[in-house]
Amino acid sequence: MKNLIKLFSILVLFFFTVTQSQSAEKVDYLKTDWSFKGLFGKFDRGSLQRGYQVYTEVCASCHSMKYLSYRNLGEKGGPEFSQAEVKAIAASFEVIDGPNADGEMFERPAKLSDKFVMPYDNVKAAQAANGGAYPPDMSVLVKARGGGVDYIYSLLQGYEDAPSGMTLDEGVHYNKYMYGNKIRMSAPLSDDLIEYGDGTKATVEQMSKDVTTFLMWAAEPHLETRHQMGFKAIIYLIILTILVYFSMKKIWSRVESEV
Amino acid sequence: MSDHEYTPTSKVGKWFNDRLPLLTLANHLTDYPTPKNLNYWWTFGGILTFCLITQIVTGLTLAMHYIAHADMAFESVEHIMRDVNYGWLIRYIHANGASMFFLAVYIHIFRSLFYGSYKSPREIIWIIGIIIYLLMMAAAFMGYVLPWGQMSFWGATVITNLFSAIPLVGEGIVTWLWGGYSVDNPTLTRFFTLHYLIPFLILGLVVLHIWALHVPGNNNPVGIDIKKPSKDTVPFHPYIVIKDGFALLMFMIVFAFFVFYSPNILGHADNYIEANPMVTPAHIVPEWYLLPFYAILRSVPDKLLGVVAMLSAILILAVLPWLDTSKIRSAVFRPLYKQFYWILVADVLILGYMGAMPAEGLYLLIARVATAYYFLHFLVILPVLGFKEKTLPIPLSITEPVLGGSTNLAMAKNKESLDK
Repeated sequence: MKNLIKLFSILVLFFFTVTQSQSAEKVDYLKTDWSFKGLFGKFDRGSLQRGYQVYTEVCASCHSMKYLSYRNLGEKGGPEFSQAEVKAIAASFEVIDGPNADGEMFERPAKLSDKFVMPYDNVKAAQAANGGAYPPDMSVLVKARGGGVDYIYSLLQGYEDAPSGMTLDEGVHYNKYMYGNKIRMSAPLSDDLIEYGDGTKATVEQMSKDVTTFLMWAAEPHLETRHQMGFKAIIYLIILTILVYFSMKKIWSRVESEV
Repeated sequence: MSDHEYTPTSKVGKWFNDRLPLLTLANHLTDYPTPKNLNYWWTFGGILTFCLITQIVTGLTLAMHYIAHADMAFESVEHIMRDVNYGWLIRYIHANGASMFFLAVYIHIFRSLFYGSYKSPREIIWIIGIIIYLLMMAAAFMGYVLPWGQMSFWGATVITNLFSAIPLVGEGIVTWLWGGYSVDNPTLTRFFTLHYLIPFLILGLVVLHIWALHVPGNNNPVGIDIKKPSKDTVPFHPYIVIKDGFALLMFMIVFAFFVFYSPNILGHADNYIEANPMVTPAHIVPEWYLLPFYAILRSVPDKLLGVVAMLSAILILAVLPWLDTSKIRSAVFRPLYKQFYWILVADVLILGYMGAMPAEGLYLLIARVATAYYFLHFLVILPVLGFKEKTLPIPLSITEPVLGGSTNLAMAKNKESLDK
């Protein structure tokens, strides 16, 4: 048993070093309480719905989200819009389908099974419209940035005047959380930029939090299931481990040796 | 193989066993006499078998949904994560399973180093183990390429480019590996093929590894030869099976924490950005389990010599049974070796840390010193230590310490206090 405790503490220490060394380049991001962190973490449904509103009214004019479908908005563990709402959302977008029987492509309102409509036809078009910078696809953006949600949340609020002595090119902005502090995107949020359907006051902080929550869900749509299943799995394993431990003790009591 | 004859009790069993002795094999595996003083460091063999099977089963499932094409690989992974039933679970088990596999294999290797399990008569077990370790690294590297993210692409570019260091034919070999003039679709498809093949090669080698183990039997913490079967041994089943099972469950709890609560912590964020040959990531870093060797590679200023150093760092392990000149296996009875052993552990951890840091300034200097020490340990310290070291007297059997009254009792007590 002594050995086992030693072994376990070495494991813990080891992973501590590993994770420490990976997050060596630490920046102090703005902190907020994320409801989806922790063993029982769940998304705040209201925040997800507001976050979708921010995404669709602000971000979506430049940023695509090509791995999501409209049906996802109504699925369990997500914003959970009602089926009617999701259908209405989908129908407000036009997609190109075809070819039809005459060999012609045609436009039709989007259906639940369609992927999110992209703001630009391709990467080149997106670059051309944004001064050469490609607004990254947001489907897995949270997982594609070192600081994750804290980074995105901070970045959205990190716009400041450039410190004296720093010259910025045309169309480049200063952001204290951006890698290299220079960002092509202008500050996307300002107080009361949008009007929330549920009456929440649309401060920059509130919108940042909501849209980041929405992006987290977009990147990890099964996060809630994962947390629930994980808790059950670990409880099951712990109980089984205890039972096996006592069986082991009993079996080994037949021989003169310590386990 | 065990010496006693086995005869199935049933007639059908006997008929079958005379034609294919599977029942004899099963009997051998359950009765296999195992030293009863094995500690928990010995449970990692079973844990590794579990890791291999987990990787194969989850990998097969992923392969049913994954598309090995440069334009579709990234998307197909997202399809697995979003739309395949429990695809996220299977992928996270597979991705974190690779890390857990390496964690277990490093413990397994360092256990061998501590207790001298690589020494005569177990050299073949050890060498097969090193080959398995090499294949594991190849499989892990190619597996990391498959999602076709930025780290996949640039990792593949950096590692395959190492071959260009070979004089004269290097460039040709790299083109041949790539199947073109850069890492592209042909590279991805062949990596997928090899990634699918290697686990089965490992499986075959694991069978040989265990077969070779069952000839001399297990080493043990005291490191002495024991009579089998005797009062020093217990049958594999149920004693070792239940103990391995218990340790495996503890391991699975750690595994589950990673899968369910921080599935991406061991990966690199850049791999969630689709591969882009036009944009190089700021830092190209391999997975944590390859970092010590990456540090060795970068600490040598010359490219060819760096590659040679990196490969030597692994291959030197294969000749370890002959570099270690000491006749005593277990570090318990080798006071000096024990200290050097822990210095080596620290050295490898330092190398790992330096591998994750940029190769410049103080980091590079420390990495160079650590690289030099790594080779010094194997090439100088170990051979010399075998002749110079004054070892403690070893007991005659593993039960002797508990019998009492022997001349070795004082020493045995000493050993126990060391264990505490």
